[in-house]
Amino acid sequence: MPHDHEHDHHHEGLSPSGHPYRADNDEPLTYWQTMEIAVRELLVEKGVTTLAEINRQIEEMDARSPANGAQVVARAWREPDFKEQLFADGSQATREMGFDIGAMKLIVVENTPDVHNIIVCTLCSCYPRNLLGLAPDWYKSRAYRSRTVVEPRKVLSEFGVELPDHMEVRVHDSTADMRYIVMPARPAGTDGWSQDQLAALVTRDAMIGTGLVKTP
Amino acid sequence: MTDPIGKHVRVKDMMPPGHIRTPAYLRGKSGIVERKLGPFGNPEQQAYGRKGDLRDLYRVRFTMAEVWGAKAERPNDTLEAEIYAHWLEDI
Repeated sequence: MPHDHEHDHHHEGLSPSGHPYRADNDEPLTYWQTMEIAVRELLVEKGVTTLAEINRQIEEMDARSPANGAQVVARAWREPDFKEQLFADGSQATREMGFDIGAMKLIVVENTPDVHNIIVCTLCSCYPRNLLGLAPDWYKSRAYRSRTVVEPRKVLSEFGVELPDHMEVRVHDSTADMRYIVMPARPAGTDGWSQDQLAALVTRDAMIGTGLVKTP
Repeated sequence: MTDPIGKHVRVKDMMPPGHIRTPAYLRGKSGIVERKLGPFGNPEQQAYGRKGDLRDLYRVRFTMAEVWGAKAERPNDTLEAEIYAHWLEDI
């Protein structure tokens, strides 16, 4: 709620916008936090890695975003040869665009007029980070992970996606070595658009399958 | 399995201890091989710091009717998951 009402009362302990301040994080470290610090310090002391290298990895991870995946989708919409490579060997095709998936393998699944694809990892939180960045919190939630394989249409409707009855919903559970990304259908009215123009229509959720692309 | 695409398979219905990448909700369920992947190191060994034996991995497609029975939200919707060869049996 906006706080644009007349302020004739006090907002004790609240920020100027009327929200409570977040408490300072003064709790002791958890077992796993202590473990992580100990292992990190040992790896540095033993010369296995350096703090600079760790920071570089964090920066690389933070630099990845759904904009990467959007470029891949937009390029495949424009270039049939690239699209063919992407379906034949997604890992290699995206690596050539500079989005290295590392040891994992990428499978691209295509939405068609008859099939809508949606990605989940019921066992943990497998996610195509090279193309989409870090997963949103809901993707890792027990609710999303357990419900998507049981009632995908209900989950989709909660994301605002209502699919016609004749369409098949195909759920992809990332259970092992593969990572998945959805290739949505190119929207009508985008003939002649550049790759960047098209990429702007491709949302993160459209590539997870919980959303649809924007329409021009 | 030779030329496994389209083959009918069943996920073995077993509950061994340890790190298993075969979802429990698919054990004992039948589906059709959609594609062959791998081979990959067996995660059941790799999880314990061992070098995993190379195993083929199959992408198996199930119908929601097969997985959830009468409780399926929409019987003809489908679900695909990666299942290692040693978890699959011919039917």
